Amino acid sequence: MVQPVISFKDYGFQYTAQASPTLHHINLNIYPGEKVLIAGASGSGKSTVGSCINGLIPYAYPGESTGELLVGGKDPGKESIFALSQIVGTVLQDTDGQFIGLTVGEDIAFALENDCVPQEQMKATVQKVAELVDIDHHLEYAPHELSGGQKQRVSLAGVMVEDVKVLLFDEPLANLDPAAGRVTIELIDEVQKRTGAAVIIIEHRLEDVLWRRVDRIVLMDEGRIVADMPTRAFLSDTKLTEHGIREPLYLTALRYAGVPITEELEPQHVDSLQLSEEHKEKVRAWYQGNEGNGGAATQKKDILSVENLSFGYTPQKQNLKNVSFSIKEGEMVSIVGKNGAGKSTLAKLICGFEKPTAGRICLEGRDLANDTIKERAQRIGYVMQNPNQMISKPMIWDEVEMALLASGMSEQARKERVEETLKICGLYPFRKWPVSALSFGQKKRVTIAGILVQQPRIIILDEPTAGQDYHHYTEIMEFLKSLNRQGFTVIMITHDMHLMLEYTPRAIVFCEGELLADTTSARVLNDPKLVQKANLKETSLYTLSLRCGLEKPQEFTERFIAYEEAHRERQER
Amino acid sequence: MAQVAILNYIKRQSPVHELTGTTKLIFFIAWSITSMVTFDTRVLLCMLLIGAVIFRISKIRIRDISVVLGLAAVFLLLNNFFIYLFTPEYGVELYESRTLLFTIVGRYTVTAQQLFYHLNITLKVVCVVPIALLFIACTDPSEFAASLARIGVSYRAGYAVSLALRYTPDVQREYRNISQAQQARGIDLSGKDKLFTRLKNSVAILLPLIMSSLNRIETVSNAMELRGFGKEKTRTWYARRRLKRADWLTIGFAAAILAVGLTVTFMDGSRYYNPFT
Repeated sequence: MVQPVISFKDYGFQYTAQASPTLHHINLNIYPGEKVLIAGASGSGKSTVGSCINGLIPYAYPGESTGELLVGGKDPGKESIFALSQIVGTVLQDTDGQFIGLTVGEDIAFALENDCVPQEQMKATVQKVAELVDIDHHLEYAPHELSGGQKQRVSLAGVMVEDVKVLLFDEPLANLDPAAGRVTIELIDEVQKRTGAAVIIIEHRLEDVLWRRVDRIVLMDEGRIVADMPTRAFLSDTKLTEHGIREPLYLTALRYAGVPITEELEPQHVDSLQLSEEHKEKVRAWYQGNEGNGGAATQKKDILSVENLSFGYTPQKQNLKNVSFSIKEGEMVSIVGKNGAGKSTLAKLICGFEKPTAGRICLEGRDLANDTIKERAQRIGYVMQNPNQMISKPMIWDEVEMALLASGMSEQARKERVEETLKICGLYPFRKWPVSALSFGQKKRVTIAGILVQQPRIIILDEPTAGQDYHHYTEIMEFLKSLNRQGFTVIMITHDMHLMLEYTPRAIVFCEGELLADTTSARVLNDPKLVQKANLKETSLYTLSLRCGLEKPQEFTERFIAYEEAHRERQER
Repeated sequence: MAQVAILNYIKRQSPVHELTGTTKLIFFIAWSITSMVTFDTRVLLCMLLIGAVIFRISKIRIRDISVVLGLAAVFLLLNNFFIYLFTPEYGVELYESRTLLFTIVGRYTVTAQQLFYHLNITLKVVCVVPIALLFIACTDPSEFAASLARIGVSYRAGYAVSLALRYTPDVQREYRNISQAQQARGIDLSGKDKLFTRLKNSVAILLPLIMSSLNRIETVSNAMELRGFGKEKTRTWYARRRLKRADWLTIGFAAAILAVGLTVTFMDGSRYYNPFT
């Protein structure tokens, strides 16, 4: 009988700072060489389980534990965090923040330095590990010269130098573009094959992790394990969405088509599906029976037009090259492309934070070149990715009112405007609350309210759903959709392909500062060349439709989205 | 990202760059002690000459560090001005003689002794500042922490320097992003508003910046602990380089400057060289 490398027995934990326990009765064994996914919505306790395994609990986050936990046969409560770091290597979510060294080589060597390994041996180990994760040609690079995916390779190399028994990944996909995320999953798989370490991935993006084989899935909700079974059984059994996790799209599509999801179907990957002729026929029948709502676009006038826009922070490097497009009034548009493609730069130019080197930006036909940031902000609002980057007042009311104070409006007028805005954002009941009492998603609403109060015509949002589980994602996106219905034009910069497909009919794709495509979202993801060039990722719907012998995968995707939208609305009613 | 680099590592090929960080640190310390202690004009002039030669060898151009040099010059002028304002006769006291050149008004006389004192003060600063800047411009940041540890500073303190270098650009970028987004909400930091309003407005940027920095600190300290930082009493350094012949020669040279400089200074029994007796 093989001993588990990690073993929780009726384990519970309560943070010192909290009133009630975060984990209840956890029973979990992880065996050497296993690959386990711990899934769950935000606040389900999955990250706390991770912190128990790597020793941050109780070392950095003190609290009370009950029951028993053994990591590599040791009790983390009695060992130092250092002893545990020899057993468990952790790759954190924030690829930037955990990059400690000033160069790649130093960062990989960090753990070795702390172990007092002689320099010669250290250099040899760093070289070997860097080759393993394919970063050995960048040892001299500084963090800001690397892409998100490369930084993650460095983080992985940095924990692999220790020859650990367990590799723990805390939301490894959170900060990566779709293609980089896919490569990361492949890399984790390869590393595991070569080292034989047990791998634990904490992530709520189920479908993305399942791109490579996973032995077992543990689903958490409200501090308890609600399911712990082999991947095949898990996918055919559990009702994922009840626990805030999204099931893979191809399975949803099969379900809509009336194909029962069983273990025999091999549901763990779109390529592994054992589709019988009968199944395929069902999918085709569903496709025939559902008309998409495509082509219903009404002609409206342009609200924002960008003409031949170019910009570079330095004359040598152009961040944007001759970009032209226009956005119609009341549209909801995604701007996509890999990290550093120029998406955020574009937003900054539109808001007037930077001045273009060539070209112009017009709002309703009027050139904005001479408008100040403040003047533009009256019509174009910009919402940053993380609400904590914007909130600067302790009270919700004050935070929302802030932009009006500078405008010299009367108190009465301000009051009316704030109330109206809070109502639009569903925050009116909370108007007297402090910001700190809100959840992340609600804080996001507050920042959006802080922008809407100026009554802009256009709202630009940077990664509105980054780091959100399915439940919060849906909440934020439905809110944005309702704003859009009320006439606001919404532009979103995103890495999330689901978001683009589901909520924005149109997508503008950037690659290395150039506008690569400006078309429907479904078409973007069904064009393999475009997908590859812009570091995007085709959806599993694309593959599924081809496997069912449907000629037009794009049409299939569009119909799926339309069906899903109608389905959601039916449920709401 | 557009970076306004005021003072940072400038990568070039030169013998000064090739020296290890430790060597440069030792040289810099010896140099600073000598020029701080001595008021011997002959020593200072010699050092100034040596400094100019080193500057030449380093291939760092005046232009690269002009901003900081300008600032230093302003402070030097101010310093001289206040010394004269408060103690216009200090030179006379010091050199125990008085050669009156002319009188501006009242007690503000101009004596040769006072002028000579000011010359020495100026020379000292002119000796130290360029070498200090050179030290920063020619030392690979990766080597800072290792160098500090080698001369006996605790590696934890040394690493704090390294981390500051690592995260400063990130925080700058964050500051820029936050201030832009807040400006779009009518927060104006330019000179148009009253001082009080401006102070209040700067809180609107500082609060989010502090919150995000605290987050960052938590991530960094967790990441460091998870990788065993602070486990042992000492640690080894990936970026440390072995001392070569040129390093030993330089350290020897630094010791020589210190020894010769101080000997010459104190030969006549006082650290002030007095040409007036």
